[in-house]
This record gives sequence, structure tokens and C-alpha cells, in this order.
Amino acid sequence: MGMNLTLKVWRQKGPQDEGRMVTYRVEDVSPDMSFLEMLDVLNEGLILEGDDPIAFDHDCREGICGMCGMVINGVAHGEQVATTTCQLHMRHFADNAVITIEPWRAAPFPVVKDLVVDRSAFDRIIQAGGFVSVPAGSAPDAHSVPVKKDDADAAFDAATCIGCGACVAACPNGSASLFTAAKITHLGLLPQGQPERDSRARAMVEQMDAEGFGGCTNTGECTAVCPKGIPLDTIARMNHDFLKASR
Amino acid sequence: MAVTGAILVLFLLGHMAGNLKSFFGAEAFNTYAEFLRTMGEPLVPRRVLLTLVEVVLTASVVLHMWSAVSLARRARKARPVKYAAKRKSQAGGYATHIMRWGGLTILLFVVWHLLDLTFGVVNPAGWDGTPYEKLVEGFAPSRWWVTAFYVLAVVMVGLHLRHGLWSAFQTLGLAGSRSYRPLKAVAAVVSAVLVLGFLVVPVAVMIGVIK
Repeated sequence: MGMNLTLKVWRQKGPQDEGRMVTYRVEDVSPDMSFLEMLDVLNEGLILEGDDPIAFDHDCREGICGMCGMVINGVAHGEQVATTTCQLHMRHFADNAVITIEPWRAAPFPVVKDLVVDRSAFDRIIQAGGFVSVPAGSAPDAHSVPVKKDDADAAFDAATCIGCGACVAACPNGSASLFTAAKITHLGLLPQGQPERDSRARAMVEQMDAEGFGGCTNTGECTAVCPKGIPLDTIARMNHDFLKASR
Repeated sequence: MAVTGAILVLFLLGHMAGNLKSFFGAEAFNTYAEFLRTMGEPLVPRRVLLTLVEVVLTASVVLHMWSAVSLARRARKARPVKYAAKRKSQAGGYATHIMRWGGLTILLFVVWHLLDLTFGVVNPAGWDGTPYEKLVEGFAPSRWWVTAFYVLAVVMVGLHLRHGLWSAFQTLGLAGSRSYRPLKAVAAVVSAVLVLGFLVVPVAVMIGVIK
């Protein structure tokens, strides 16, 4: 005895297509399915009927790759806290529920097709400064430079960012501050990241602005939907490093 | 946003402290008002320092609004296609989501407030009234609707600061710790103190404690 659902899904044939919401019925959905598996079931039906299946990004389906993501009932990755769309299970929805599914909405994330958006803007932010130019060495070498436990923990927390883009999707300003701040914090807290700390903060923030993301007004919506729970203090650190570099 | 906001908060703290002088009677209040005009004398001529403060405050208000408008415009450009489903706030924080409307309310209030108690245009005591007369006659029980508007605006200021205060520290990169609880608590307490400090005077006039 599965669940029956009504889905309102954003369909858009390509980048130039106007796009519209289309309503579908999915029947006999197991509560143990993930959200993406539920869409797989719908797509199998669509293919059988000769329709175009709904395009959506996905890869590992283990919540660690950052590929999947859609706005479910107005919330990036759905209402389940600290969960990617692929790890969201249908048991969190009521039988006969109406579910609205939309792509990330941001000018720097243009829709490629249906629920797939182009997140190359994030790649360009990383290219601007999200790296270290010193040879970090193999694992034993890294241990030769002691790192304070607190710093190592905070850097690791920031490094868990999978770059899915939910922060941008959830931000009322369409800001990419949490993503950019996570990378700046991750590298800026470690000894290997120090030589480029100032230039990194500046280059990445400038690239973020150049991509057309909005400004941060500290609403905290980003960290609330972040599947990895990247904390808001990373943004304070980014602002600190950026202001210091701009002096 | 953060820097101009900080200037305005400092002004509010001073303004509130000054208002409380009204509890010490007409003479104390009027002397304080006169001091604001004569401060710095004889080093600088009368009203020079006050004018300087007024210029800085006006510039802060204008730049604060300019920042808000450019942030809102950037936000609109960054999301040209809106969500079909109503975007549900996950972070909570009513104060955070009414910053722009709150700011507009405060702007309207400031205009009224200046016409009322500074220029006396809409005040029964008029331009020539002493500051104390303007205060007592402005918040007289018969003008209860003025007091009501004042209360609403001051509460708006409080909500605005509840988000604005800690937000300024965040923007300036000074919110370093992992937990925001202490910073947000300080913001809430300062906002509450300002709201109470500003409200106690008109309420005291209304119930006849200040007359």
C-alpha cells in the first residue's frame, strides 16, 4: 500500500524555453523511497507514455557529492533539516500530499533543463582563489605542521560544504556568501592557507559579486537549509578577511 | 549598512538618555536642551557642534537608505524568476524579515517626529514652545493617537535593532565566536532597553507623572 502524490513540477525544455509548472500524479510510492527514487518512478511512467522524463541532477545519492538539489514546497532540499534531496525520504510526506518542485532560482544559476541548473558560477569562484599554491605534501607531511584542535575542527566543518547551491536558492537576496565563506574559512584556518589568505578572500568575494549573486543581509536562511549545516560565522570570517585585505 | 547603523544606534542611546532628563523637571530638561546648543563653547561658536552632529546623522540616514536600496536592487537582479511555492522561512526571526518595511515605518516616523517636537509645526506648543512644553503638550492625553503612533514606531525601531545590532557585528567581521547566542542576547537587551527608555517618557506624560 503505497502513497499517492500530486506533484507540481517546473518543466523547461531548454535554457531559452519559458517554462511552466506541470501537474503529475504518482501512485503507489513506497514511504521508504528517497525523493529522487520517487521521481525515478514518475519518469519511468513518463517514458512509457512517450513523454520526456523530468531532468534533475544527481550522482552519489548518499548526500556527499552535492549534485542533487531542488526546492521542495518552497524549501531548498525540503523541510528535513541537514538533508540533501537524495537523502530525503518519502515517509516525511503525507499520503495524497501536493508537492511543488522547482529548480534553484538565481540569475547566476541559469536553468539548463527542468530542474537542472548550471552552477559553473561556483566553479569560477573556486578558480578565483579557492586553492593553496604551496605543496601540501602527502598525509605524513601534513602532520609535521601542528594545527590547533579548534581550528582543525572549524576548518573541517567548513570543508564539508558540498557546493550544492542550496544556500543561494534559500537566500532571499540570492547571495552566495555561505558557499564562498565556507571555502575561505576552510583554507584560511589552516597553516597552508595563510600565504594567500588576503588575496584569496578578495578574489573570491569579487568573483562572487561579478557573477551577479546578491548581497548578504544576515537572514540566516542559508545555514538553516544547508545539508551540511555550515555555520553563519564563516561569513563573519569572510567579511573580516575581505575587509582586512581591502585596507 | 553596518557603519551608518552603528552611528545611528549611538545617537539613539544619547537621545534616550537625554529624554529621561524630563523626569527631573522642566528646568533640567530645558537646560539640557540648551546645553546641546551651547556645547563646545567658547571653543566653538554656539550650535556648531550640534549642527555637525545633525549633518553626520543626516548623512548616515541617507547612506543607510542608499545601502538598503542597493541591496534590495541587487537581490531583485539576482532572482529574476520568483518561486511558485511561497518560500518558507527556515531561519525564523520575524525581526529579520521586516527590516525593509520597518525601515520605511521608521523613516515616516522620523519625519513626523521632527515636525512635531523639533520644528513644532504639528505640535500645540508650536515653534516657540520650550522643549519641555512641546513634550508635555505633544503627548497630552487628548493627543493619544500621537502617543500610539510613537509607541508603534519605537517598537519598530526595537525590532529593527534586534536584527541590525548583531548583524552589524557580523558584516564588519567582528562576530568571531562559534555561538551567536551571547551577541544576539546583547542585541536583544540593548533593543529592549532603548524601547523601554523611549516609551517611558510619553507614557509618563500621558498618565500625568510628567506635567
